[in-house]
Amino acid sequence: MSTVDVVVTGLGATTPLGGDVASTWDALLAGRSGVGPLTQEWAGSLPVRIAAQLAVEPSEVIERVKLRRMDRSEAMALIAAKEAWADAGLAGTGLDAERLAVSFGSGIGGAITLLDQDDILEKHGPRRVSPHTVPMLMPNGPAAYIGLELGARAGVRAMASACATGAEAVALGLDLIRLGRADVVVAGSTEAVIHPLPVAGFASMRAMSTRNDDPERASRPWDKGRDGFVLGEGAGALILERADHAAARGARIYARLAGAGITSDGYDIVQPDPECRGGIRAMRMAIEDAGLTGTDIHHVNAHATSTPVGDMGEIMGIRTAVGDHPILTSTKSMTGHLLGAAGALESIAAILALRDGIIPPTINLDDPDDRLDLEVAAHKARTADIQAAMNNSFGFGGHNVALVFTRA
Amino acid sequence: MATRTEITSGLAEILEEVAGVNPDDVAEEKSFTDDLDVDSLSMVEVVVAAEEKFGVKIPDNEVQNLKTVGDAVSYIEANH
Repeated sequence: MSTVDVVVTGLGATTPLGGDVASTWDALLAGRSGVGPLTQEWAGSLPVRIAAQLAVEPSEVIERVKLRRMDRSEAMALIAAKEAWADAGLAGTGLDAERLAVSFGSGIGGAITLLDQDDILEKHGPRRVSPHTVPMLMPNGPAAYIGLELGARAGVRAMASACATGAEAVALGLDLIRLGRADVVVAGSTEAVIHPLPVAGFASMRAMSTRNDDPERASRPWDKGRDGFVLGEGAGALILERADHAAARGARIYARLAGAGITSDGYDIVQPDPECRGGIRAMRMAIEDAGLTGTDIHHVNAHATSTPVGDMGEIMGIRTAVGDHPILTSTKSMTGHLLGAAGALESIAAILALRDGIIPPTINLDDPDDRLDLEVAAHKARTADIQAAMNNSFGFGGHNVALVFTRA
Repeated sequence: MATRTEITSGLAEILEEVAGVNPDDVAEEKSFTDDLDVDSLSMVEVVVAAEEKFGVKIPDNEVQNLKTVGDAVSYIEANH
């Protein structure tokens, strides 16, 4: 347990449910699905023709010339980070830029740019390839753009751990503040890979739902009828701040980021350990880091992506590491799986559940898996007195990250 | 053959598309970098778009001599 307290003072997001945190949170509590058909021409030949696409296009928010120099993932990252920054009220407070860091990742990076520019290369030759290609596709691009926008000079870090990226970026932010390397960290993640190649790749792994005729019911974590995840896109950003720094400026505090646990499976490049051993260690580590015990965790925003194997392994893990008392939810039932951005968005959902005392529902849980022996806020949002909430994120490569947030 | 005025207005269209330059600000005496705020990467895009629009080749070693809009207009006028 560290003696340096870290709090969350700002939130930002652009998601399949809304262009900001408020609209996303309202939609989550209402149990609205952000999944719909892919109507693009390229989707016609793919086995998967559904996804959770952004509710508000970046072009509605970012000026055209600026946008054409950014990958979609960078634009979304910037939108989320700017909202979080404004929300935290840090502008004009005299924050030393050399004490402001960025920890912002992406699971896959600027894939859309890479693929689009490859098309241009094939069709029109090298001279027509955009001179902005490299800064658009580099995986540190989203973090770097945020750093540039806010003038951050305490380092711009770019995490990459597949679907655990967002949570791991937040965990790194916690470390940076505890180690005294920064007073404020813009932490989060972004993902924009709704494009034929990544969709075909995940579909070839048989990892995705093919419930093309019923998009809103396709993402159904823990339900017997689940047949894979639904790809989503978006970004989430959190402003992490040293608690005494936030107190000194009278900042509004959402929650404490009390602990983090990071482990790796050493088991398989994509298959989750069916015994969830790495997940269990990550959860225990985060709880201990927060100075708590399992019984203190009242709510878990689970990784639960709607895949046949992963969903149930995590249930066993939560039962072992936390206990049989927490109320779970999987907001992926509504947002789809934002891959690298999932941990950031779901941390935001866990924080708001803490603040408001209400857990967003898991929709489509009509026929629960027989092995689901923990309580889930199924179908409808559930009010609950929550003192501590956990977010789990697991990723291809065997990455496991758990974060613990407590009431401010 | 395009006139100097036509080439200037064609360049203005490209500059607006690529770098967000207000077409009213584009005039022969204006410097790309100092007056119109076109950075080096955007200049590459301007050159490639101009080659296409006017059917000219503008080699990289020529680009450094094109300081002003007028320099570009003259080059295009002489080579297209």
